[in-house]
Amino acid sequence: MKLLNRATAYFAVLLLVVLSAWAALFYYNMLDEIYDSIDDGLENQKILVMQKALQDSTVLAQREFEAGYYQVKELPFNLAVNRKDQYRDTLMYMLNEKDYEPVRLLVTVFQQGGRYYELRVITSMVEEDDLIEDLLYSLLWLYLGLLVSLLTLNNLVLKSIWQPFYQILHRLQRFRLEKGEALPPVKTNIEEFRLLHETVDKLLQSNIDTYNSQKAFIENASHELQTPLAISLNKLELLVEKEGLTEEQMLQLGAVMQHLGRLSRLNKSLLLLSKIENRQFQEMGPVNLQEIVRQALADLGDQIEYKELQVSVQEEPCLVQVNPDLATVLVYNLLKNAVVHNVQGGFLNLHLTAQALVLENSGKDQALDTQKLFSRFYKEASVSGSTGLGLAIAKAICDLYGFSIRYRYQQAHLLEVTF
Amino acid sequence: MKILVIEDEPAMLENMVSSLKQEQYMVESASTFDLALEKVSLYDYDCILLDITLPDGNGLELLEELKKQQKTDGVIIVSAKDSLDDKIAGLEMGADDYLPKPFHMAELHARVKSVLRRRKFEGNNLLQLQNLQIDLDKHEVQVAGQELTLNRKEYDILLYLATNKDRLVSKTALAEHVWGDYIDQADNYEFIYSQIKNLRKKLKDHCAEIEIQAIYGIGYKLVIV
Repeated sequence: MKLLNRATAYFAVLLLVVLSAWAALFYYNMLDEIYDSIDDGLENQKILVMQKALQDSTVLAQREFEAGYYQVKELPFNLAVNRKDQYRDTLMYMLNEKDYEPVRLLVTVFQQGGRYYELRVITSMVEEDDLIEDLLYSLLWLYLGLLVSLLTLNNLVLKSIWQPFYQILHRLQRFRLEKGEALPPVKTNIEEFRLLHETVDKLLQSNIDTYNSQKAFIENASHELQTPLAISLNKLELLVEKEGLTEEQMLQLGAVMQHLGRLSRLNKSLLLLSKIENRQFQEMGPVNLQEIVRQALADLGDQIEYKELQVSVQEEPCLVQVNPDLATVLVYNLLKNAVVHNVQGGFLNLHLTAQALVLENSGKDQALDTQKLFSRFYKEASVSGSTGLGLAIAKAICDLYGFSIRYRYQQAHLLEVTF
Repeated sequence: MKILVIEDEPAMLENMVSSLKQEQYMVESASTFDLALEKVSLYDYDCILLDITLPDGNGLELLEELKKQQKTDGVIIVSAKDSLDDKIAGLEMGADDYLPKPFHMAELHARVKSVLRRRKFEGNNLLQLQNLQIDLDKHEVQVAGQELTLNRKEYDILLYLATNKDRLVSKTALAEHVWGDYIDQADNYEFIYSQIKNLRKKLKDHCAEIEIQAIYGIGYKLVIV
């Protein structure tokens, strides 16, 4: 639920409660006032009737209401004493409405000529159900009117007030750490939004700095490791040429050389990855992947033959605007991946069109973890020699040029790069 | 044969010098740009191994200086930068070869020998090992006058091992030289073995007086029988 809508919803509920309370209060106050003035009117009429009765004795013979608004009835003394005026609501048949309608009735007792009379005076009353209905309708309209104004207010005024907030939000959504762009300034004179922008900006900046220093660290570390690694390897190469080493010693040295070699390759791959991510491959050109694919298949021919793979290739010319070295690395990494992780006597299908490069190969009878496949150092335990960086590098190259790289498992492992 | 190694990293320099000395070359070294400039101006070398990044200057400037002095020393650029720009610039300025760091000693020897051969034996580019003769221009091999038919990989392996005669060549060095840098991901080089096996068989069938020995899981060595 959006922030603005939530605020509106709260307002709507609050308004309903407040308006209902107000309506009840208003209704009873108004009703009270109406009774008050009606009762005053009845009292006045009582006095008028009593004055009239003094002049005209027929008034005292008015037994029923038919002729007027009052009736008089003689009372014996014992019933008449200690009687107070009584105001009562009652129903009476109205000819115009053809229905019983509420009327206000005053019952009083007066004395004239030594006799006691009971006088009943009536006057027509406000119809409460009509009053309530009218009030309800008015309230409903008021409520709806208020809601509409509230929504309009939210949409026009609040939205424009919250604009900087949404701008910051939108930019945060598009923020990519590896691009390292700070938030562009947001124009606002609202204190909170300015604070929000400053805080977010500071946070992002520190993240960017950390990311950059980490990246620089990896790059520097790889670079600094290169020379000692090369020297150690060369020293070992010199050492194994020396006479007088036993077979056991040679085997040990061989193992050390192998591991150092792996370390050196790992290092090279990390360096390459850093360079790709730092966009140090500037030179671009139209590269025909078909040629690279052919060359790669030829170069890896011995490995393919050794693994006795059934290779099927469908290729078309495919021109892409990339750095030629990176194009080569991409194709070789994908192809090597399909060969190295294949099984003895398996198959390898390569399909190159102008839009996509698809590699399908046999391997472990199980889908790989799509989440981790392209992350650094993800590898199968069974292939000890792989650096676990091949696909991470392929992914970095694809990301650099906006290609998409996807993995699927359908009886075979399928990697697809779309240009 | 006189070789000058220009390299500022002492351990690296020591490795290169001691390895080259084993081949009976006269090896001199320089660890700064100024020292290197002095040496190349005073003496002539058959081959110069030139590190581009020196503490007091760019190796490429040294290359320019050689050209200015109309020297014909063979130059192999050795660089840790591994950048294509340096490679192209160096080769355009007259360097004979470009060797990116890190490298295997076997690779260094192969490159040095190749440069030396090109300088010394123009037109007659043959490598003779007992009764085996490799024609480097025609890519042909003869054993006692009889042609030995090899596929490209077998030829490359034989030439590389022959260049590094009596030296132990690691499997990695061999794989990277023959199959290219991109081979690096595959740690097991078992596929090399099948090529070596074929090559050995062919050499034996033709009664070549050389032999390829496998050395304890490290690599191979070509020796004279």
